[in-house]
Amino acid sequence: MKKFGGRVLFLDRSDINTDEIIPAKYLTEISKEALKPHMLEDLKLEGFDPNSSEVRDARVIISRGNFGCGSSREHAPWVFEVNEINVVIASGFARIFRQNMFNCGMLAIELSESDINSLFEHKGADASIAIDFSGSRLTVSSTKGSRTFEYQISEFDKALVEAMGWVGFADAKY
Amino acid sequence: MKLTLSEKIFRSHLKDEPFPGTKVLDIDVVMCHEITTPVAINDLLARGMDRVFNPDKIKVVIDHVTPAKDTKTALQGKIVRDWARRHQIKDFFDIGRNGVCHAIFPEKGFIRPGYTVIMGDSHTCTHGAFGAFAAGVGTTDLEVGILKGVCAFREPKTIRVNINGTVPAGVYAKDIILRIIKELTVKGATDCVIEFHGDVVKKMSMESRMTLCNMAIEAGGTSGVCMPDKVTVNYLWPFISTEYADKKAALADFKKWWSDKGCSYVKVIDIDVTALEPQVTFGYKPDEVKNVSELAGTPVDQVYIGSCTNGRLEDLKVAAGYLKGKTIAPSVRGIVSPATPKVFSDADRLGLIKIFMDAGFCVTNPTCGACLGMSNGVIAPGEVCASTTNRNFNGRMGKGGMVHLMSPAVAAVTAITGVITDPRTYGKGGAA
Repeated sequence: MKKFGGRVLFLDRSDINTDEIIPAKYLTEISKEALKPHMLEDLKLEGFDPNSSEVRDARVIISRGNFGCGSSREHAPWVFEVNEINVVIASGFARIFRQNMFNCGMLAIELSESDINSLFEHKGADASIAIDFSGSRLTVSSTKGSRTFEYQISEFDKALVEAMGWVGFADAKY
Repeated sequence: MKLTLSEKIFRSHLKDEPFPGTKVLDIDVVMCHEITTPVAINDLLARGMDRVFNPDKIKVVIDHVTPAKDTKTALQGKIVRDWARRHQIKDFFDIGRNGVCHAIFPEKGFIRPGYTVIMGDSHTCTHGAFGAFAAGVGTTDLEVGILKGVCAFREPKTIRVNINGTVPAGVYAKDIILRIIKELTVKGATDCVIEFHGDVVKKMSMESRMTLCNMAIEAGGTSGVCMPDKVTVNYLWPFISTEYADKKAALADFKKWWSDKGCSYVKVIDIDVTALEPQVTFGYKPDEVKNVSELAGTPVDQVYIGSCTNGRLEDLKVAAGYLKGKTIAPSVRGIVSPATPKVFSDADRLGLIKIFMDAGFCVTNPTCGACLGMSNGVIAPGEVCASTTNRNFNGRMGKGGMVHLMSPAVAAVTAITGVITDPRTYGKGGAA
């Protein structure tokens, strides 16, 4: 399995689309590594700096509803992956983005809006997330304290994470 | 049990249910373009699994950046080209014969009612216009599709949209779908198929139905779907005439896919278009939609007519109808991109290309380029583009630019005046 957890980047906006995560002009790249410097380059968010240490050190993204809407480009999970961000936690995901995350063996965790609100209380407080994959629990820790949340992902998504993605799973089975 | 169209397709194509709620379907058509496929091809090569499940069910086009603009895009084309040749994929459309994927593949008759279709492109939902289950997927799903001919889905729920009333002059399928997205919001159809019903849809051409279904994804929808009917039969007839005794038999066969009376919908929306105005987006989300009258007078730098949403012959006819004998405003750059070589040559035969050129439009070869800011019409920071495409995301057609989505009719009159203009009042003494 991939490594899950670490410092949190809070993106306090809903409907963040895949063009914002990785602009189309970089889709001419055929290696995932080449995408690395361009993560969230066009994100429309007050005060956001894609070159900040907060972004560079992040290992987990926490955001709002309909995360990853728009284009089907798997370059969106890939640019997170090459920046060592293997977990996105949000109150909702666009279908294709969510599937792409699990297809790459990454985690797209959906929590209720009230749980997401609770997580956002740790914004600006040096927050990090620990994932207990087998227990389907995640714990946020910050200068404001710590709290554990239960989450649910489907059996299929769990299997994809364990198989490190859909190609290995499908090749073994079909 | 009463079933929706997509539930019928899921049942008929179910290969496996590895876990409750996860349906692995057999796929009838796997479509590929040069942006999302090369990484899949290279991964298959790296894994020593450079195989295809069935070369006849894989359709390939180079459409996003064509002709290649630099070494990187030339390499993307080459990877796909070499792969298609290596596996003897006969339906491969390279430069000179290529067009926007969601326009050229239906035009070739590749999509049939009841089919399952995937592509590494979110606007794959377009093909639901034929009564197919057509879904955009990522590169990994595409890779498994190429290798095994299967794809896994959660079975979607279905939203029914009834579109009735009389379509006013100057109002088109684009206006109707923008109005629907406004109502559903950009996430309102997530994990859902949107079925389009009603008298207005029954009277629509396949081109208009494709425009409608094309933007289902902008409401988060897995696919847009129309019930396959006489219009579908007539469109497909050149490709299916040997498979059926007559059109009546084809229609009877297509009807088996229709959603049953009494099937289950998660939501039903009724829209009366009689009083609908042309619709235009503002802001950076496709659900940020206003009546054209509210945005009239907004200056634009570029007008783009094309894409998988509105680059078909019907769209060019509408735009040319307004442009005939006119020239575009000196402050505006006009670009029209016929979506396929057939659209281009038909438009030429009908004199539309001359109308566009006389008006001052640049006519490009068929390509997706400008829609997603990859080539052939990228805008500069601070510029505004009036566009018949499908997304107004921040930076979509060029970093720091603004995109207003609209119908070909609004785009055409906007090109003439240089400001967003209502096609219903244009030329009739009304305000711009």
